[in-house]
Amino acid sequence: MAKTILAVDDSASMRQMVKLTLSTAGYQVVEAADGREALAKAKSGVFNMVLTDLNMPNMDGLTLIRELRTLASYRGIPIVFLTTESGTDKKAEAKAAGATAWIVKPFQQDQLLGLVRKIIGA
Amino acid sequence: MTGADPGQVFREEAAELLADLESALLHLEQNPTDREPLDTAFRALHTIKGSGSMFGFEAAASFTHHLESAFDRMRKGELAATTAMIGIALAAKDHIRILIDDPASADTAVGDGILARLADQSGSAAVSAPLHGERDDEESRATWRVRFRLAPDALERGTNPLLLLDELRGLGEAEIVALTDDVPPLEELDPTRCHIGWELILTTSHPRSTIEDVFIFVIDETELTIEPVSATSEPGVEQEPVPAEMPVPVPAMVAGPAAPKAEPVPEKGRAQPAANSIRVPAERLDDLMDQVGELVIAHARLKQLIADSVDLQIKSVTEEIERLSNGLRDITMGIRMVPVDSLFGRFRRLVRDLSQELGKDVLLTMSGEETELDKTMIERLNDPLVHIIRNSLDHGLEPAAERVAAGKAPQGRIHLSARHAGTRVLMTIRDDGRGLDRERIRAKAEEQELIPPGAKLSDAELFQLIFHPGFSTARALTSVSGRGIGMDVVKRTIDGLRGTIEVSSLPGGGTEITLGLPLTLAIIDGLLVRVGQGRYVIPLFAVEECVELPADVERRHANRNFLNIRGALVPFLRLRDSFAVRHPPDPYQKIVIISSGDKRVGLVVDQVLGDHQTVIKSMSKLHADVANFSGATILGDGSVALILDIAQIVAAGQTQELRREAC
Repeated sequence: MAKTILAVDDSASMRQMVKLTLSTAGYQVVEAADGREALAKAKSGVFNMVLTDLNMPNMDGLTLIRELRTLASYRGIPIVFLTTESGTDKKAEAKAAGATAWIVKPFQQDQLLGLVRKIIGA
Repeated sequence: MTGADPGQVFREEAAELLADLESALLHLEQNPTDREPLDTAFRALHTIKGSGSMFGFEAAASFTHHLESAFDRMRKGELAATTAMIGIALAAKDHIRILIDDPASADTAVGDGILARLADQSGSAAVSAPLHGERDDEESRATWRVRFRLAPDALERGTNPLLLLDELRGLGEAEIVALTDDVPPLEELDPTRCHIGWELILTTSHPRSTIEDVFIFVIDETELTIEPVSATSEPGVEQEPVPAEMPVPVPAMVAGPAAPKAEPVPEKGRAQPAANSIRVPAERLDDLMDQVGELVIAHARLKQLIADSVDLQIKSVTEEIERLSNGLRDITMGIRMVPVDSLFGRFRRLVRDLSQELGKDVLLTMSGEETELDKTMIERLNDPLVHIIRNSLDHGLEPAAERVAAGKAPQGRIHLSARHAGTRVLMTIRDDGRGLDRERIRAKAEEQELIPPGAKLSDAELFQLIFHPGFSTARALTSVSGRGIGMDVVKRTIDGLRGTIEVSSLPGGGTEITLGLPLTLAIIDGLLVRVGQGRYVIPLFAVEECVELPADVERRHANRNFLNIRGALVPFLRLRDSFAVRHPPDPYQKIVIISSGDKRVGLVVDQVLGDHQTVIKSMSKLHADVANFSGATILGDGSVALILDIAQIVAAGQTQELRREAC
């Protein structure tokens, strides 16, 4: 069974890049364009991992992570931020909200893949 | 990697975001206190910066960063959205667009001018990058010595030390030194592990906790010491604020963008037209094309129904519909067109990597990248072109020593070009290598019994043999061009696109492969002909002329299928024989002369019915292998006409000629 990952970003090119990187490595990737869509998708399926942007319309990444952590099925699921934001307040806020890790854009595809493999395995 | 190029997807996305940005700015100008356009503008900038840096648009990303910072401050109420500010943002938007679409043409002076005005308006150095000397409150500055060493497996876990360093530098002024004392000898070095530590002398107004926060996600595994540097290490003299344009020394470890030029250059007011693009899924365009195809067919039926009518009004309406449906067809096809640039661009990397692998110095040049082709076609052309370019590099271009010995420049050249020729696009791949080896091709073909021994063949005919399945004259198989699986696949793919391949080559002078491609896969102009009771479409681009079959040819040369066309002998095929038509022939038969490459063949038909806009329908799987036809179309009366496969038929005509010569 391929592991499934929810990739949340309002930038289509980012989603495509994440999807390409991870699906080539054998993961199944579901895309969502903002937090609201991601939450709906997260509720209707089970994901092994969530990768999300921070700044998004409708619902931002922090709100998404807080919402997800209230769901029993997402309490232990790794959630990683992929964002240009490197401010420490945001990071601390994200960590407090339950983020597993934080990758600052731009990053290398290998870096993303390495992290995902490390966290949820191949 | 397959699929659309993310860089291209980003360009489309950015064009959309810039359009959003512009309309938000214009809205904001009218309603300066409105929150929504401010958020929209900020988010557009934020995404352009983030995704741009991901896909190699660093210049655009770093420029956008400044504007984003300013908008962030506006969101926080620290700056007002004044008309002047919006004017600067609009100019910046135009500049970002250039940086993304054509970075080479971007004028850095214009960019620097915009940034200078932006810094002016926002009234502080806060919008300039930390690198350019961020000066905060002078009184509360302190200097810290920060030493850190990441866990050995930190790189594997996705930690990027450069980002940590960047972040630290963002806090103030930093001198960074790498600690390399733990780097093991080369034979023991594991490149996936992090052996380097860093030491920074950081002068910042931020408290110690902010420095610690940088390491928030790696703190558990990182050795970190942060200690204040004694005040005596810094001379007691209060530092003069450095003007923003003065470059601050950048530690050699980490490269940063160059400091902006000293003189703010006035913006040239090079206004770009607003980017108005929408993105739609390709399937919708396919659906649209299908609908247009149906419309064309319906129109053909209408035209046929009223052919005998004397009602002038209906006729004029029908003509009007024809004009409109032609326009609609052209626009729809135009929507699907993309420049071949997106295809050619992928080969730079390929050529670079291959030339390194093969140890050959190769220069890739291109022309006609702006030529447009149907999107589907561009996608399908990728693999064949990769094969051809690989072959050129591997077999065509000689090693430098051999080239010099032959009196050529040591650097090999490959040139890709695309240009329009009538309703087709010609794509050429040319190298200046050793050329195809005629004798080897002949020997190989004779060995594989593709041609009778000693057969007289023109160069073009000989070269076509390389497209035969399993045909490879490579002396040694290499990992690059493989085992002769390439060229026949190339041929099949190009045939599938209703394209043609021509090869020309000079011994020692290089090889040129030209692909002739239709502009679109969906609708072509065709010549409708009748053979017996069946109707057939000949693609119009291949038709040279129509002549009458002289009656005496039948009498005098019953077995010789040649026709004298103004002094040249042209072989012809009787389609009624080829298609086994039993219906008696018309008394006056016509010949349609078609050409493929430099070969001509005449096709004997019973009647030439006229031109026909042909909506191509592919054949069912069951009929996909039927020779001589490339598809089918539906005529105005609802009946089906088959579309002739020009390349195959011309080849068949030539073989007939070959057989005769061999006898």
